Amino acid sequence: MKMIPVSTVVEAVRKMCMEANYFLCDDVRAAIECARGRESSPIGRDILKDLIKNADVAKEEEIPICQDTGMAVFFVRLGQEVQIEGGLLTDAINEGVRRGYSDGYLRKSVLSDPIRRENTGDNTPAVIHYEMIQGDRLEITFAPKGFGSENMSALKMLKPSDGLEGVKQFVLDTVRAAGSNPCPPIVVGVGIGGTMEKCACLAKYALTRNLGEKNPDPFYAQIEEELLAKINALGIGPQGFGGDTTALAVHVETFATHIAGLPCAVNINCHVTRHKKVVL
Amino acid sequence: MNITLPFTDEIISQLHAGDRITISGTLYTARDAAHKRMTQQLCGGASLPFDPKGQTIYYAGPCPAKPGHVIGSCGPTTSGRMDAYTPALLDLGLKAMVGKGQRSKEVVDAMVRNHCVYLGAIGGAGALYSKCITSMEVIAYEDLGPESVKKLTVKDMPLTVIIDCRGNNLYDLAAK
Repeated sequence: MKMIPVSTVVEAVRKMCMEANYFLCDDVRAAIECARGRESSPIGRDILKDLIKNADVAKEEEIPICQDTGMAVFFVRLGQEVQIEGGLLTDAINEGVRRGYSDGYLRKSVLSDPIRRENTGDNTPAVIHYEMIQGDRLEITFAPKGFGSENMSALKMLKPSDGLEGVKQFVLDTVRAAGSNPCPPIVVGVGIGGTMEKCACLAKYALTRNLGEKNPDPFYAQIEEELLAKINALGIGPQGFGGDTTALAVHVETFATHIAGLPCAVNINCHVTRHKKVVL
Repeated sequence: MNITLPFTDEIISQLHAGDRITISGTLYTARDAAHKRMTQQLCGGASLPFDPKGQTIYYAGPCPAKPGHVIGSCGPTTSGRMDAYTPALLDLGLKAMVGKGQRSKEVVDAMVRNHCVYLGAIGGAGALYSKCITSMEVIAYEDLGPESVKKLTVKDMPLTVIIDCRGNNLYDLAAK
């Protein structure tokens, strides 16, 4: 058994909250720079240049890239040979969020109740997805989610007869309807299969993958490539002002499903697409 | 074009969808909860935290300021969520809105009726915009935290005209 004290988790999460919000990930920066070289619209090129400039200011001053520092979403993979010492893992993660958002001057955007709408004041509770794994590692992936893009996401229970074409159409329809709202260029997470809630989780998890990494299955890697080309042919462009760069990447994640179903979820991320992983 | 606020009808007439401008002067932040509360106050016959006549609203909920900073990151939020509340404010004299994303037909109609302009800030460029803000004062609804109404002074804030006073829309033009 490997012991990990809750204090280690709290500190790791506190640090991740700040770093994920201050520093644009290298893979995302590279994708924006690469898109800037290809973009044919002058205003689109200007916007992409400003996004890089914005990331530079954020890094230099250690302030958030975007004011929507998100609802704190975590994917936690806990090795079966790990014992968390001194408290609950969920409490430790929430305490890390509380400290990170306070110490880091990040915006507190979380309401305790969706209808009565009162701000909790510390950006908790976090949304945490757990998975048990072999070994003695504790992996924590943090992907704070802004709601400009979250609001433009969608899920549909397609019929098996809709097939792959139905999936592609749903992805394109969702991105077209989102238009300028999710702050393009976007990253598109697509979940296919599972049950309704599993499908939504797949789409969210797809957004934690590094840009430039393809689905390991060549069949889905090819679909990712095709969808990206079709999305960029929509002409929405950076900020919706027109251009070739509507999306930086499309990531597809799949799971087994039922004989009667073909669930499909599309989770959209903005161009900041924050994702950070630590292993304890 | 460099514009000093408040907007005049003459300046608004000169703006066309797609123009890139900078603005300097006073604007007010208000987003979801503040709009809801302002609308409730209007319905109840109370006065608003600021007189919208001739003014500009920035749909934004900034991060807290670090010590020594005027304000934290302060980019635009999605304007469409304020559509339900906006025509009433335009009819009261609000001249300009700064945000991102499409507006409803009702908002565009009210803009044309009242000779107003909708300006786009770059979504996700909150750090850059914080550098254009030279003063910040919370003037109402402090209990709403990031959603309170703030009076901002900005200098050379870079924006794009999305919908002009004739109803021309950059998003629709770009899609063609």
